[in-house]
Amino acid sequence: MRRLSTVAATTVVALLFTAGPAFACGGLIGPNGAVNLLRTTTLAAYHGGVEHYITAFQFAGGGGQFGSIVPLPGIPTKVERGGDWTLQRLIRETDPPTPEAFALFGAASASRDAQVLMQVRIDALDITVLKGGGDQVGAWAKEHGFRLPPDAPEVLDFYASRSPIFLAAVFDADAARVRGQSIGDGTPVHVTIPTANPWVPLRILGLGKIEGEKVEADVYLLNDRKPALLPDPNANGLTLQVSEPASASLLKDLRSDKGMGWIPQHAWLSKIRIDGPASDLRFDLAIDASGRGQPSLRDAGLAPFGPIQPPAPWVGWVLLLAAVGLGLPIFGAAFLARMATRRVPPGAGAA
Amino acid sequence: MFSVSRRAVGVLLGAALVALLAGCGASPMRIQITIHYSHYDPSRLSVPHGVPVTFVIRNTDPIDHEWIVGDAPLQQRHRTGTEPVHNARPTEITIPALTTRETTVTFDKAGLLQYICHLPRHEDYGMVGWLTVT
Repeated sequence: MRRLSTVAATTVVALLFTAGPAFACGGLIGPNGAVNLLRTTTLAAYHGGVEHYITAFQFAGGGGQFGSIVPLPGIPTKVERGGDWTLQRLIRETDPPTPEAFALFGAASASRDAQVLMQVRIDALDITVLKGGGDQVGAWAKEHGFRLPPDAPEVLDFYASRSPIFLAAVFDADAARVRGQSIGDGTPVHVTIPTANPWVPLRILGLGKIEGEKVEADVYLLNDRKPALLPDPNANGLTLQVSEPASASLLKDLRSDKGMGWIPQHAWLSKIRIDGPASDLRFDLAIDASGRGQPSLRDAGLAPFGPIQPPAPWVGWVLLLAAVGLGLPIFGAAFLARMATRRVPPGAGAA
Repeated sequence: MFSVSRRAVGVLLGAALVALLAGCGASPMRIQITIHYSHYDPSRLSVPHGVPVTFVIRNTDPIDHEWIVGDAPLQQRHRTGTEPVHNARPTEITIPALTTRETTVTFDKAGLLQYICHLPRHEDYGMVGWLTVT
């Protein structure tokens, strides 16, 4: 039984780190505080309990290093070069007249105490998968010469409390130039993530943006059936532009790309356009592809969440004392009552 | 004579007490400022002029911050400044990620000042505080 999934292609803007000589390298945060907008395209697919992300990192010229970070719903088992034209094919499906260039700027991250789960070099990209909280990711970034934007502490905590897994991609522009990459060339990356709770990170798209700046992105979803989404894909700066069975030709084309054999025979295609103030984008996109129609508030970042905290040591003592305080009198009373009963010999009352 | 001596002792003790209190008064008042999610807490403070004030600034964020206190012209200079780290002047402090720094400042006159982090985009993000010197 094919339990397809969720394929999400996101055209994003990510701006995560600036490397090297602080802000002098034309990075995401410029010397005057301006943020260069970098477009990110991500394809995420969920099938049989496995989510696939395919992200293209675009060479935008310049020198030095640039980075971005992508929160992940779980620990990936594999990070590899993605297919050559999967993202382009998805966009051509929904926007045939205007071929778009996609670009996503990857990340770099992890902190002094962050656990490095995986490191992969793909073309001019250094990919690092990290496990850690916001503090650890921030420290890792600093150790690697990057500076995070001022909203990073809150945004990283927002994700780390749900899933402390981050993919950091550092784009080495000098290496790209040496490799002969031209401006606009993208490097697709395919991340395979087993997870029971797929979601698409949206809030991260607004990282580094200040009041008044907008987020513009396209999210493509492919599911076995029409998915239930949270929040409402026609509110809060989101617009559901496409919701229909995926064409056989699209699925065939996607399946024929490198590493894309897992694309199912049938799927439901959705396209969500994001166009709104970054300050309003304080949620993610939760998807219930199971057919139960119950996307998770927690996965959307709309409900209190976080790791289950063990009770403080004093709680145990309080509970123990309460149990003793309540249990002893009850037990004692029962015991005394029983003893009193035993002291009275049968028939004593009649004597 | 004896009563005079007792009076003298009393005066001396009083003088000593005043001196002691004066000494206590000379020790800087301490003010704690916490930086969390790239905001100062508190973002409004009031201190007297002419006395030393020690600011204890705790950065709970995993990113570096600054605490630059001064008037509008000084803040404007820092908006286009190039100093990557501040530690030479007590009114201009860099607080590395997850650290605490102390600085003692004596403001020589009353007025309204600001304290701002001038790292790129931090001021735009709201990392601004107001200091009233009375």
